[in-house]
Amino acid sequence: MAGLKAPVVITANDLLSGEVVYLSPLHTWLPTLVTSQVYQTAEQAEAVLAQVAIESEVIGPYLMEVAVLNDVPGASIVPKHYREEFRRRGPSNYFHGKQEHSGNKVVS
Amino acid sequence: MYAYSEFDRAFVRDRVEQFREQLDRRLSGALTEDEFKPLRLMNGVYLQLHAYMLRVAIPYGTLSSDQMRMLAYIADRWDRGYGHFTTRQNIQFNWPRLIDTADILSALADVDMHAIQTSGNTIRNVTTDQFAGAALDEIADPRPYAELIRQWSTDHPEFQFLPRKFKIAITGSADDRAVIRAHDIGLQLIDHQGKHAFRVFVGGGLGRTPVIGQELHPALPEGDLLPYLEAILSVYNMAGRRDNKYKARIKITVAAMGVEAFRTKVESVFPSIKAGFNNQVMTMLDGLRHQFSPPEYDEKSREPYLELLDTDIDFKIWIERNVSPHKHPSYASVSISLKGHGETPGDATSEQMRAMADVAQTFGHDELRVSHEQNVVLPHVAQGDLPEIFRRLQKAKLAVANIGLLSDIIACPGMDYCALATARSIPVAQEIALRYASREAEIGFMKIKISGCINACGHHHVGHIGILGLDKAGVENYQITLGGSAGGGAVDAAIGVKMGRGFSAEELMPALDRLIDAYLLLRADVTETFAELVVRMGTQPFKEALFVVDKRD
Ligand code: HEM
Ligand code: SF4
Repeated sequence: MAGLKAPVVITANDLLSGEVVYLSPLHTWLPTLVTSQVYQTAEQAEAVLAQVAIESEVIGPYLMEVAVLNDVPGASIVPKHYREEFRRRGPSNYFHGKQEHSGNKVVS
Repeated sequence: MYAYSEFDRAFVRDRVEQFREQLDRRLSGALTEDEFKPLRLMNGVYLQLHAYMLRVAIPYGTLSSDQMRMLAYIADRWDRGYGHFTTRQNIQFNWPRLIDTADILSALADVDMHAIQTSGNTIRNVTTDQFAGAALDEIADPRPYAELIRQWSTDHPEFQFLPRKFKIAITGSADDRAVIRAHDIGLQLIDHQGKHAFRVFVGGGLGRTPVIGQELHPALPEGDLLPYLEAILSVYNMAGRRDNKYKARIKITVAAMGVEAFRTKVESVFPSIKAGFNNQVMTMLDGLRHQFSPPEYDEKSREPYLELLDTDIDFKIWIERNVSPHKHPSYASVSISLKGHGETPGDATSEQMRAMADVAQTFGHDELRVSHEQNVVLPHVAQGDLPEIFRRLQKAKLAVANIGLLSDIIACPGMDYCALATARSIPVAQEIALRYASREAEIGFMKIKISGCINACGHHHVGHIGILGLDKAGVENYQITLGGSAGGGAVDAAIGVKMGRGFSAEELMPALDRLIDAYLLLRADVTETFAELVVRMGTQPFKEALFVVDKRD
């Protein structure tokens, strides 16, 4: 996690379905990035990560960099890296994954 | 086709039940992910970006129609109605839930299939020519040897903890369609003084250090095959590096020692290994040959075929591109393209899988093959049935006549699925195929291969045009290599040369346009393929074309 810049959120994959999930402020794992807890320092996030890493309902939790946009309703937390954007959205060759349930088709 | 023995069947069943227990213990929390991960990987269950993935073995790429129908059933019941055929001649399901994986493995076992050992540092699924047992140009069917190697190496105690994974490919023809020189061991069956023998290549591989395999033995008698392979593996087991996984493949061992020194070591241990080998092995091979005996050919009239050839231009083009000569004079092999323009290379819907199964059952002696180029093959069909086969494949959108053309692209899953990817490869393949659809006949024989990271699952190093997706400061970037070849045809196996800096996704298509225009301009005549031209002229003219921006833009 060297060189990671806050703000960050904690992400993982759901144990049963494999779906991408994000840690919410209530320490539950939710499939939507908008409902995730944003940490303003990497140290803070790492302390929480160490706690949740021993949980068994998700696999491979890690920190991901985000930008917080206060003026965009509904999409206020956006991933910094395209990999995380794809994880948030789903594959580009089929309308599968999260985009399928989000109602609005994301055009790449 | 090879039929499972009772032993194989019981073994696979046991493994499914064992996995079901492990899965239960994982779900109850009794096993941690660290404990469970190696177990699920041994059973073909991976975690990708958006979901789990199940990789199902298809030994030497051969499937019956019932097995293909089961894959279709699995796709519908537990996945998203499709499957992805890969360069390893297997199939991946991209959306299974973890809790369903034991049921899927059990359904596979019902048709004698499994996902065992597609991971780990073991000897992987032996791959071979998709036309094995059918090709007009083969010395003999390579699959009995592939099966012999599989039976001998599966759960062989000495080969469960190799320094790294180990891949073997075998071809029965001089025209290598199995990319044998990009494998840890490549075997080419030859006729040596009237007897079957093998040219043995060692130390090939792609990935982060691409190498073309070197010849270790020019004509190994077939009876020495297994002891010789064991000699190679034991030298590798002792000398291979275990300290650094990037240096652990046999290609590094061979490169570090030099192929002569490696050969000397193999030859020094070979006699004692051979002495300890029991000779039942060759009897086993006879039994396996029997299992792979050719189908009972139907002596059908070729008339309907010859008639349609004269009257239907689409049929004629499809025959020229997708149908290849068979040992039997009134038979042929059909390549079913899974490369519809704009589709995902290697994907087939459950409906298409059933259509292929039906055609194979009715006209193809119940047999299908998966090619490493991510297409499906009907190895044995009577020429007289080709018109009806064509009609049915057309109906299922499976009659695209582009085998060997530019849109017959190999592409790995890239960042649309793969957790290791540095960029996407599927959308690049889709865009290229659409872009050149109307020009590809003019462009002719051309292999484009795309990988989404340096692991090179998309074989980009041996593409005539190789494309590697990278992450350049947070933007997808595509590096082009030229001069690569998988071998077999007119151009010897070779690793492509990097053409300077990469291109952004937007820059890539115009760059390819310039490359292809340069080829059309420079080729001696229409028979000179892109790969041949690059051999003749070198890469420099193409490098210039790639980096000289058209002033009219
Ligand atoms: C999406 C899940 C996949 C993962 C995680 C994965 C991972 C890897 C890795 C790590 C390597 C490099 C191994 C090494 O050099 O030691 C590799 C090699 C390879 N993979 Fe994959 N792969 C995936 C999918 C595929 C697919 C879909 C194909 C076929 C289209 C494929 C075909 C290959 C081949 C042919 C190689 C060998 C390259 C060589 O010779 O070194 N893989 N894979
Ligand atoms: S080449 Fe890389 S991105 Fe493509 S499938 Fe292999 S590991 Fe994944």
